Amino acid sequence: MANTATLTDRRTQWGGGKSPFNISYGKLMMWIFLVTDAFTFSSLLTAYGFIRHSFSGNTETPWPSPDVVFNHFPFLHGVHLPLMFVSLMTFILIFSSVTMVLAVEAGHRMAKKEVVKYMFYTILGGLAFLGCQAWEWTQFIIGSEQGRTLADGTIIHGANLAINEYGPVAFADLFFIVTGFHGFHVFSGVVLNIIILFQTMDGVFEKRGHYEMVEKVGLYWHFVDLVWVFVFTFFYLI
Amino acid sequence: MNTHTASIDVQHHHEEEHHNENFITKYIFSQDHKMISKQFLITGIIMGFIGMFLSLLFRLQLAYPDTKFTFLESILGHWGKDGKLDPNFYLALTTMHGTIMVFYVLTAGLSGTFSNLLIPLQIGARDMASPFLNMLSYWFFFASSVVLISSFFVETGPAAAGWTVYPPLSALPKALPGSGFGMTLWLIAIILFVVSSLLGGVNYVATILNMRTKGMKMTRLPLTIWAFLTTAIVGLLSFPVLLGAGLLLIFDRSFGTSFYLNEIVAEFAGGIERVGGSPILYQHLFWFLGHPEVYIIILPTFGITSEIISTNSRKPIFGYRAMIGSLLSIAFLSFLVWGHHMFVTGMNPFLGSVFMIGTLIIAVPSAIKTFNYLATLWKGNIIFTVPMLFGIGMVSLFITGGLTGIHLGNAALDINLHDTYFVIAHFHLVMGCAAIFGMISGVYHWFPRMYGRMMNKTLGYIHFWITIISAYFVFFPMHFMGLAGVPRRYYSNTAYDQFDVFMDMNVFITISAIIGGAAQLLFLFNFFYSIFKGKKSEQNPWNSNTLEWTAPVERIHGNWPGEIPHVYRWAYDYSKPGAEQDFIPQNVPDPGQTDELEEPNTLVHNPATQKETAH
Repeated sequence: MANTATLTDRRTQWGGGKSPFNISYGKLMMWIFLVTDAFTFSSLLTAYGFIRHSFSGNTETPWPSPDVVFNHFPFLHGVHLPLMFVSLMTFILIFSSVTMVLAVEAGHRMAKKEVVKYMFYTILGGLAFLGCQAWEWTQFIIGSEQGRTLADGTIIHGANLAINEYGPVAFADLFFIVTGFHGFHVFSGVVLNIIILFQTMDGVFEKRGHYEMVEKVGLYWHFVDLVWVFVFTFFYLI
Repeated sequence: MNTHTASIDVQHHHEEEHHNENFITKYIFSQDHKMISKQFLITGIIMGFIGMFLSLLFRLQLAYPDTKFTFLESILGHWGKDGKLDPNFYLALTTMHGTIMVFYVLTAGLSGTFSNLLIPLQIGARDMASPFLNMLSYWFFFASSVVLISSFFVETGPAAAGWTVYPPLSALPKALPGSGFGMTLWLIAIILFVVSSLLGGVNYVATILNMRTKGMKMTRLPLTIWAFLTTAIVGLLSFPVLLGAGLLLIFDRSFGTSFYLNEIVAEFAGGIERVGGSPILYQHLFWFLGHPEVYIIILPTFGITSEIISTNSRKPIFGYRAMIGSLLSIAFLSFLVWGHHMFVTGMNPFLGSVFMIGTLIIAVPSAIKTFNYLATLWKGNIIFTVPMLFGIGMVSLFITGGLTGIHLGNAALDINLHDTYFVIAHFHLVMGCAAIFGMISGVYHWFPRMYGRMMNKTLGYIHFWITIISAYFVFFPMHFMGLAGVPRRYYSNTAYDQFDVFMDMNVFITISAIIGGAAQLLFLFNFFYSIFKGKKSEQNPWNSNTLEWTAPVERIHGNWPGEIPHVYRWAYDYSKPGAEQDFIPQNVPDPGQTDELEEPNTLVHNPATQKETAH
């Protein structure tokens, strides 16, 4: 009869007069927005896959190995540490998701001080990630000391939207636009988190009786984190 | 468990108290869904007339390639020098006509108007889930329209790469005059448009799922709401891909990347060093939006037509669940068939056949819908109101245009028909005219709900007959031109002797188009005249079942003065045997029926369940 009970529940749940998922419209909207945003990232990653695939078997300008491009680490000049720095970045971002979970959980308990504490850590994590990304971009833009000599004798260092020392320009173009778009999302997330932090400190949510806003920005933050896992996989691992 | 419901109620009571509105909050930055709906409609009508005017200009060129029209110079300046349309401006005209009609009239104008008006009223809600986002959605649309139209005032002219803006014409600013600043404005306008459409879509879905009144089960929703729901979902999943495609295009144009440029393009463009990408990539991304987009256009009119045909046949809609199922399957399939726009791009023939099969499968749900319309009409007590005529006209055009879709969806036939007037005829009938007819029928039908007055019937009948005849006169002959190989988007076909036989046909089409266009002025007059001087409408002028006709004509903010009506039945109880009237509104309970009583759900054939819920 357990089956029957769930069916009945579902029917009354969808019968109108209440939210079928038992969530507020705001949270529902955030979920829908995240699905939408996932499609935006998918379109960019699809473009990445499409262009990268067209370079398979190209021996003239082969797709660069990320191990060679991203092997720097701050203060360890000249040491070959492939993907160490980006791993650290990833760790920081995932850790900031953990503190976000703790903030949401504290919100459920209406523990204002703890929400403030964990939101602060989350913001710190986000800012650290953005800082790391800035450093990573800088290294990529500056390039190596020896550079690459083109057919006409000019030497190019590093990469921008028009040149790429390490291989096809398309690699640099895609790297900048995809990580840039993701970085923009992290930046927006940090701004949102800061707003929510201030509102929490003002006691807005305590007055309101629930910390749902923290939950909503939390959803966004986890999404940004999840997207990074894909970006990381596509650009650095594969 | 009920805290959220409570918070929704609180929010709405809070809104009800908002009666001290001034001019700006009432008419301009309004957050009332009914006002936003009117804003969308009127902006859509203006854009529609601009789009139609552009099409008449280039039709004039096609019919009279050698004649000089001095008035062209006076309205177009150097683009109509000596009364001759500039060839580059011809391309800009077709581009802007397509863009305006597809996005601004039939996406925002259609969904924006009817989703906004009908979703809260038909599901029994005080307003949209987020009235503020709803307002933003309109204003993003408005800003987008202004940016798009402003590109007509750029020296090099508006975008001219076709409404699909394929690179390299769109990616290289020097490719055409229209590839310059006009193209940049086009992209900015479209990005604003995507934002508007996403804000709207998020709102529509959240409202329909979360805010139905008590008793409004998903299986009691009017088909309009189901159509708007699927439209919004399709939009939410396809527009972001256009955003991605547009972003890459902006980078290609303005920041020197080469996502869409390769060796072939670079060679043609005079040896620029921009390689590594592919124009085909853009086509894939664009059509991943572009194909669902045609369903974003046609699905709302399916909903509107279902409602209008059922009401005016005084019969329940035939196959309510099949209608929902076909909406959902069309929505699902629409994401799997974008490749049928790209059969001639050198696509692997095996892949082509996969896309072909998917495309032809869409014929099944589409046929289910049209047969259900016909079955609803069959032996109905048909009342030929103006909206009913336009609704039947929509079905007629959809069938006529849909049949040629079977030819075009076939990968082998498409190689011959691709980019000819056959395609023009197909999509103008099946989504252009059909959707416009659906939209107009919706306007005539819900005008009393919007303005509390009726539109003039006689003018409506004249409008209908001229419009449907001219629609067929304009687009039907194009099939033959297309079969003979006349290519689309050409400034003139006089260079090809074999097309001389179509010269008279082109004149005929243009004259029909001008007459059809003039008939729309009747509609325009009727619309604005009736807003102020129309006959006052009754509470429920069409004897319709849906909830919007139970709300007072005064159109207050919050929709219903007291409690929101509860719903006890589906929306299609017309001519029910034993009932006093030939319609039973959704808020009327059967004798002895209470809120708790659930009618047996035919989806669940479990006697135990029915017993449990029946107490």
